[in-house]
Formats: sequence, structure tokens, C-alpha cells
Amino acid sequence: MTAQTAPTDGSGQRQDHQNQDSGKAVDPTTVARQRWMSVLARTPRTTLEAEWTAQYGDVNWNHLREPQIGMVMVRGRAGGAGQRFNLGEMTVTRCAVTLSDGTVGHSYVKGRDRVQAQYAALFDAIMLRDGSASDFIDDLAKIQANAKRDHARKVAATKVDFFTLVRGEDE
Amino acid sequence: MYVAVKGGERAINNAHKLLAEQRRGNKDVTEIETDQIEQQLSLSVTRVMAEGSLYDRDLAALAIKQARGDLIEAIFLMRAYRTTLPRFAFSKPIKTAEMDVSRRISATFKDLPGGQILGPTFDYTHRLLDFTLMANGQEPADAPSGDFPIDENMPRVLDDILNYEGLIQDEPTPVDENAPVADLTREPVKFPAGRDLRLQNLSRGDEGFVLALGYSTQRGYANSHAFVGEIRYGTVSVEIEPEELGFAIDIGDIELTECETVNKFKGSKTKLPQFTRGYGLVFGQNERKSISMALVDRAMRANEMGEQIMGPAQDSEFVMEHSDNVQSTGFVEHIKLPHYVDFQGELELVRRMRAEVEERLAKLDGKAAKSQPEAAE
Repeated sequence: MTAQTAPTDGSGQRQDHQNQDSGKAVDPTTVARQRWMSVLARTPRTTLEAEWTAQYGDVNWNHLREPQIGMVMVRGRAGGAGQRFNLGEMTVTRCAVTLSDGTVGHSYVKGRDRVQAQYAALFDAIMLRDGSASDFIDDLAKIQANAKRDHARKVAATKVDFFTLVRGEDE
Repeated sequence: MYVAVKGGERAINNAHKLLAEQRRGNKDVTEIETDQIEQQLSLSVTRVMAEGSLYDRDLAALAIKQARGDLIEAIFLMRAYRTTLPRFAFSKPIKTAEMDVSRRISATFKDLPGGQILGPTFDYTHRLLDFTLMANGQEPADAPSGDFPIDENMPRVLDDILNYEGLIQDEPTPVDENAPVADLTREPVKFPAGRDLRLQNLSRGDEGFVLALGYSTQRGYANSHAFVGEIRYGTVSVEIEPEELGFAIDIGDIELTECETVNKFKGSKTKLPQFTRGYGLVFGQNERKSISMALVDRAMRANEMGEQIMGPAQDSEFVMEHSDNVQSTGFVEHIKLPHYVDFQGELELVRRMRAEVEERLAKLDGKAAKSQPEAAE
């Protein structure tokens, strides 16, 4: 049988929760910052380190908070939309830095790479200060989007194309 | 009772050295690297993360190497490491509806929006040993790509398709978003346990145990016949809202497998019959575990559904008290540790009891011996 989908404007409970759970801010500067922080969190340390050394090697900065490894308790919802529950923990590293002009950069990144967390915080600070790393961030975002797209195409190749054999009994 | 027994130090040290040597195995064979484990034994890694209840692929790979591939020992190592780390935050509830799926199938609808996406699965393989993997191993060909990526935000079978007609129960509503969420890592488990606690327990529970209980529900030890409405495996982003920022940030992706079952319906003279739900969600790619979890979750909702308890899978206390393999192995295996004094006590007791019985028997024999000649007369 063919399944039907509910209309997208359905006012089901799930919609309410999805909105409530959404971390999407309305303030455009916050939205922009959320985007670059998410890109930086997915960028390997070597890439960040190389770019920093090449472009910002002479920038003065200090740790406001040394890179620290800890955990985040990941939460899910029963049925994907119902009651919240604690699924399990994941390792996370956080760091905060101050540039000489007082700009503070933050990072929280998955995993235990202190160096990655430190550079992610530094680029956050640079982006807050003058946005000069925006091309770098855009390139990273493109790389990440392409990788995601390539994977999604490989997955798409495993989609089943059902066909029905017609037996010649019906006229 | 345990007593400190001294004198084993040298033996213990040497035992550890022997263990290290055996772990390494034949030195003519290249040592395995943790990144090889992480990449090529990824489903072992998945299991260790899920049951160790800590998502960290590198640590899981290290734990597997150190434990010589004993996954329960590796899970133990992960749990122990976990206790050394501070907890920064709770994530916002992850949105599995927005998962970037690598696999998504439904056993209830053939043609469904978004389609049946097989992804990397063992299903449909012939389960014949592939000896090319043993003989120098050919590099597998690159997997083919479709012309277009799969649809983003695929509709959910239970919520968007079945529920469209009101045929399945909503997740119990309203959900109180301010209600505390139980956490078995911080507070002792109390019964009756809420569904939040049960799901946390099952998600980190032993795969074999949860599998066996899930199987028992299908064999009649809980009458909750299940269909797999949907299974999805893929990545979701995790968001937290750090206090110092005041807004949510995305900290990276994790892999999850989610299973939603559609179970036998429930209705009454005044209520329309509706299907009911079971839910499974685990770290990494693990369909067996997520299906089993959904079966047991549904079975444990027996009270809520007004069902008669007829099998162990429906007994939350039984399930939750025995699902943790670190706890289980701790208690089962501790009996191999010195119980010398305990046993000494038992020995003395048995000897005393035997002596008493012997004494009694001897008295009886004495009487019998006296009475026997008389009987002969």
C-alpha cells in the first residue's frame, strides 16, 4: 500500500516540541555565530592550526579558560517526540580565549582534542572581532556540505526501486 | 566477608605482565592500531560506546584493544573512565526527525515517502565466509552514487504517516517540559520507574540480555505483537546551551540507530482502537539492539496499558536490575575472589553437622547392635 503523509502544517505535539527544542536564534548576529561555531566544531585540528599559523600567527591572546575535557549528557525523546530521557554521555572539550583587545572566543567541540577546541575558540574570537576568517569558514562549510552530499548520494544508490510484475490475466 | 590477604603482590605483577604479553600475541604479527579498530571494527566500537554509555570512538577503540577484544571488559573500562570527567551540560533533546540517514526502512509500508533506503546492511548477504578478506584482501570498489542525494527530513512512519489517521497513540501528552529527567548515573533507581529511566537503562543495557528479552516477548511472554514501523540509522547534531553564551550551539554529530515499533492495538467500548508504540534508541549503528529495546520498552509499558503481567520482559524491576552487564559481571565474577574466611565458616558448620549426624547414627547403631541378639533368639 502507498502511505500518505500528514500535511506539514499539522499542529501535532511533535511540531510544538521540535520548535521548542530548536536552538535556532532569531537575532542575525547570533545566527551567524551559531553557524561558524558549528562549522569549527566539525573541523579537524590540523586544518585550524595551519590556517591560524599562516594568517594569525602574530595575534596576541590568552586562555580565559584552558581547554578542558568533559562530558555532555545527550538527551532523546521517547518516540522521537515525547517524554525526554537521558540517552548517554559524549566527550566534549571546551575552551575560552581572550584576544589582546578583550574579545572573548568560546568553543565546545565533540571529542577530546584540546588543540582543536583551542583553535575553534580563537577563530570564534577572530570572527567576533572583525569577521576576517569568514572566507575560511565559508570554505570549510562548503567542504563539509560536499562531504555530506557525497555520502547522501551513496546512500541514495541503496534506495529500493520497487517494480510490479504484471501478470497477463487482467484485460 | 572479605579479609586482606597479603603475599600475592609478586604473582599479581607477573600475571599482569603475562596478560600484556598475551594481549600483544605473536610479535611477528603487526600490532593492531586503535585507529584500525575504530575504522574497521566499527560495530564493536559502537557497542562499547552504547553500553559504556559514553560516545567517544577513539576511547572505545582503545578500550577494545586493551581488553583484548572482550567487549564487556572494554565497556567496564569506558564506564570507569567516564567517572573521571566532569559533566558540562545536558544536550537539548536530539531531533531524530532531522537525522541525516544512512539507512531507513519500514516493515509496515512498502511505498512510503522518502523510500526504503537500505544503506550499509548485512541483510541480504549470504553469510558465507569471504576468503578474499583473509588472503591479502582486495580493496573494495567505491560504492556507487545516486544522481541525487536522498531526501532531507524524511517523514516519520509513526508520527507523519500512521498518526495522520489517528491510528496510533500519540506519545503520552502533554509532556511536561519542566519535569525533571531521571538519571540513573546520579540517583539510585527507584521502582516503579518512569519511562525516562527505563529507556536510559535499556539503551545502555547488555545487548544479549535485551535481545533475549525482546525475543521472549515475541515467543509469547508478553502479548504485544510488534511490527517495525521504522528503523533509521544515521547522524544527528548535538546542541547544548552553555550558560556563558545564552544561546544554543551545535557541538558536532553523533551516530544513532532508532527503532519505532507499532504494536497491538488497544481500545475500549468508548475509545477507538489504536496501535501502540515501542521505542529504541542507541548510540552508533546497532539495529539488533534498537529493535530489541523497542520490544522491551513496549513490554514494560504493560501497567500503563492495563495489561496483565505474564512475562519477565514486562517486569520493569526484573529487567532493569539485570540489564547492566558491568553490574552483572561484577557480582557474578566476584565469587572467584578470596572468600577464605567465609568458606572456613561454612566448612566448620558442615563438619559440625556431619559430626552430629554421625553421633546420632552411632547411637542408633549401638541400640540396634544391642537389640539384634535378642531378635535372633
